[in-house]
Amino acid sequence: MTTLFEFWGAHQAELFAMLTRHVWLVAAATTLAVAIGVPLGIIAAKRPRVGKPLVVITNLVQTIPSLALFGFLLPLPFIGGVGARTALVALVLYGILPILQTTAAGIAGVDRSLIQAATAMGLTARQRLLLIEMPLALPSVLAGIRVSTVVGVGTATIAAAIGAGGLGEYIFRGLAMVDATVILAGAVPAAALALLADALLAWIGRRAADRHRRFFRRFSPGRRRVVVAATIAVTLILAAILVAVASTQRGASAPIIVGSKNFTEQLLLGELVAQTIERRAQLPVERKLNLGGTLICERALMSGDIDVYVEYSGTALTAVFKQPVVRNRASVLDIVRQHYAATGRTLLDPLGFNNTFAILVRGSVARELALRTISDAVPHARTWRAGFGYEFLEREDGYKGLARAYGLTFREPPRVMDLNLSYRALASGQVDLIAGDATAGAISALDLQMLEDNRAYFPPYDAAPVVRTSTLLAHPEIGDALRALGGRINEMSMRKMNEAVDIHRRDPSQVAREFLQQLQQ
Amino acid sequence: MTPMSDAIVFEQVSFAYADGRVVLDKLDLTIASGELFALVGRSGAGKSTLLRLVNRLALPAGGRVLVDGRDTREWEPIALRRRIGFVQQDVGLFPHMTVAENIGLLAHIERWPAERIDQRVDELLTLVGLSNDQRDRWPDELSGGQQQRVGVARALMLDPPVLLMDEPFGALDPLTRLALRREFRRLQSSLRKTVIIVTHDMREAFDLSDRMGAIDEGRLVAVDTREDLERSTHEFVRALMATVEPVTAGARES
Repeated sequence: MTTLFEFWGAHQAELFAMLTRHVWLVAAATTLAVAIGVPLGIIAAKRPRVGKPLVVITNLVQTIPSLALFGFLLPLPFIGGVGARTALVALVLYGILPILQTTAAGIAGVDRSLIQAATAMGLTARQRLLLIEMPLALPSVLAGIRVSTVVGVGTATIAAAIGAGGLGEYIFRGLAMVDATVILAGAVPAAALALLADALLAWIGRRAADRHRRFFRRFSPGRRRVVVAATIAVTLILAAILVAVASTQRGASAPIIVGSKNFTEQLLLGELVAQTIERRAQLPVERKLNLGGTLICERALMSGDIDVYVEYSGTALTAVFKQPVVRNRASVLDIVRQHYAATGRTLLDPLGFNNTFAILVRGSVARELALRTISDAVPHARTWRAGFGYEFLEREDGYKGLARAYGLTFREPPRVMDLNLSYRALASGQVDLIAGDATAGAISALDLQMLEDNRAYFPPYDAAPVVRTSTLLAHPEIGDALRALGGRINEMSMRKMNEAVDIHRRDPSQVAREFLQQLQQ
Repeated sequence: MTPMSDAIVFEQVSFAYADGRVVLDKLDLTIASGELFALVGRSGAGKSTLLRLVNRLALPAGGRVLVDGRDTREWEPIALRRRIGFVQQDVGLFPHMTVAENIGLLAHIERWPAERIDQRVDELLTLVGLSNDQRDRWPDELSGGQQQRVGVARALMLDPPVLLMDEPFGALDPLTRLALRREFRRLQSSLRKTVIIVTHDMREAFDLSDRMGAIDEGRLVAVDTREDLERSTHEFVRALMATVEPVTAGARES
C-alpha cells in the first residue's frame, strides 16, 4: 500500500493528467452515446420493424471484445487511427446499446391510457413524445446512461492500448513491467471512478424516479419544451465540439510522434528514440508508447498516427510482410528494407542487438536435467506445460514452426498468456517452458535458463527504427539523429536497461536518459 | 351555435376490428348541439368505438361521421380533437404533472398567456368542486373522485363545444359516483355542451341524459327518452330496463 501511495506521490501530475484524460474520454463518449442512443431508442420504440434490427446490430457490436474492436477501427479512415479518436468511436459504439434499450423500453412502458389521453386531447406526435413519453421514460433512460458510463470507465482503460491515454496507461505499463504497484496505480483510480460515476448517476436516477416530476417541476409545459430543445441542442453542440477537438488533436505544428509496443524493451527503445530526436534534431516529440502490439504499431505507422517506432527485422519479415523465414541477417534486413521502402517507410540502421526469441526454462530444471539446447529439452517436454504470448502462437516464425523444427510436443496445448506475465508464470512453476525475449531483464533476475536454438530455427531479430519516409523528407535531421544510435546498443546494454526497469523498478525515461548520456561520453 | 343544429351525425356508419369482428353496422344517429346523449349497452357492444369515431381516434369502414357538418375524414385531426373534450374511465392524468399542469397543458400548447391559464385553471377547479389549494398536488395524491374531477376540468380547459365521456364514473365507488353525477348534471345545465356519455349503468343514463340510445350487436335498438324506453317491447331494452327497478344507485358492473 505504501509503495502505491509513494508511486502516486511521485507521479502526481501524470496521475492527474491521466485521470482527467480518462474522465474526458468517458464523458465525451457517453455524451455522444446519449446523442445517438436516445433518438435510436425512440425510433426502436416507435417502429419495431426498424427497432429489432437496430437492437441486434448494437448487440453484436457489444459482443466484440474491446481490443478486437479497437483493432478493427484502427485502419479505417477518419474514425480510425491511434489515439483518442478511435477510442472515442469504440466507446460510443459500446455505450449506445444500453441507452438504446432502456430508452426503447422506457417509452414502450408508458401506460397506454396516458397515450390515449394525450392523443385524444389533440397533442401532436411530437408534443406527446416530448411532454409525456420522454419525461416518463426518463428514469429508464438514466438507468441506461448509468450502465453505459460505468462500462465506459472500464473499457476506456483498454483504450490505452491504442494510445488514447487515460488510467489504462498505468495498467498496461504495469503489465509490461510486471509491477503490481503500477497496475494498481491505474486500476484503483479507475475502479473508484466507476463507483463514483455509478453512485452519482444512481443518485440522479433516484431523484428522477422517486419524484421524477419534481425534476420537471420548475418547468411549465411551455418552458419545458424549450428546455428539452435546449438540452438537445447543447448535447449536439457539445458532441460536435468534442469530435472536432478529438480530430484536430494533431495541430499544424505537429510534433514527431514516437510509438512503441507494450513491453519494457519497447518502452525503453521508444524513449531512446524520442530523446534522441529531442536532443539531436531539436524537434518536439509526442510519445505514444505502449501501443497494443506489432500490428497496431504497423497500422499506426502506415496511417501516419505515429512517425517512428523500433521494429525487429525478423518480426517485420514474417509478421508484417508475411514473407517466408530467412535466416541470414543481412538478407533479412535487405528484404525488409525493400518492403518498407515500397510502402512509404524507411528502415534505418540496426541499433546493434538481436532480440531473438528465447526458449526459457527454470534454471533449476536446466541444471538438474543438464539442458543446454532446445533439442535437449524435447524428450522432457511431453510431461511439461508451455505458456506463450498470443503473438508467438500466431506467428509464422513462432510456435508452429518451432514444434515442427524440433518435433516438440507438450502435455497439453500451450496456454495463451501475456508475454510479460509468462516469466513469472515460469518462475512460479505454473508452466515449464515459455518463449521470451533474449534481452529480457527477467531472465537473470528470476533465474531462468535460455536454451540454445541449436537448429537455428529463429530468424534474426535486429532492432532498427522505422520512420515514415514523408516525415524523414520533411525533417531530414531525424535520420541524422537516429543514425547516431546505429550499432550502439548491444544485447548486454539492452538486457541491463530492461533489468533496471523490470527488476529495479526504475523509470524507463530515466534509464534511457542515462544510457544516452553514457553514449555521448 | 343554435340549440337545435346538428352537432354530431352518424350516417350509415360501419366499423369492424382488424380481426374482422363487426362492431358497428350501418348505424344512424344524430345528436343536436347542446344535447346530452347517453349511450348504454353491454361491454364490447361498440360504445367506446362510437366515441372514438367522433374525435377521429378511429375512422369508419363505411358511411361517415359529421362533426359540425364536416366529415371527420376532412377534419385536421389535431384541430378536431382540440374542439372535443375527452374524459376516459381511467382518467389518464399525467403522473409527472401537477393538477394545474394537467388541466392547463393544452392551453400552454396553444400558447395562452400564463395569467390567463392560471385564471382559467382556478375557474375550472371551482367548477368541478375542487379548492384552489389542490393546484400543486400530484395526481397520485388525489382520491379517485378528485382525479376524475381533474379529468373533467382538463377536458374543459379550451372550452370545447363537444364533450365525450367514456364511462367517466365507472371506476368510482357508488357514493362518489352519485355525487359526481349530480354535480355533472348541475355543470351541464350551465355549460350546455354537446355531450355523449357512455355508460352501462341505466340509472346514470336516466339521471344525466336528455335522450339515450341502447346499442346492441352493432346497431342502435332504441333512441328515445325514458318514457319511450319503458314502453319498448324490444327484448334487449326490456332487459336493460329491468336493471333499473331495484334502486341501488347502479353499483353493478356488467
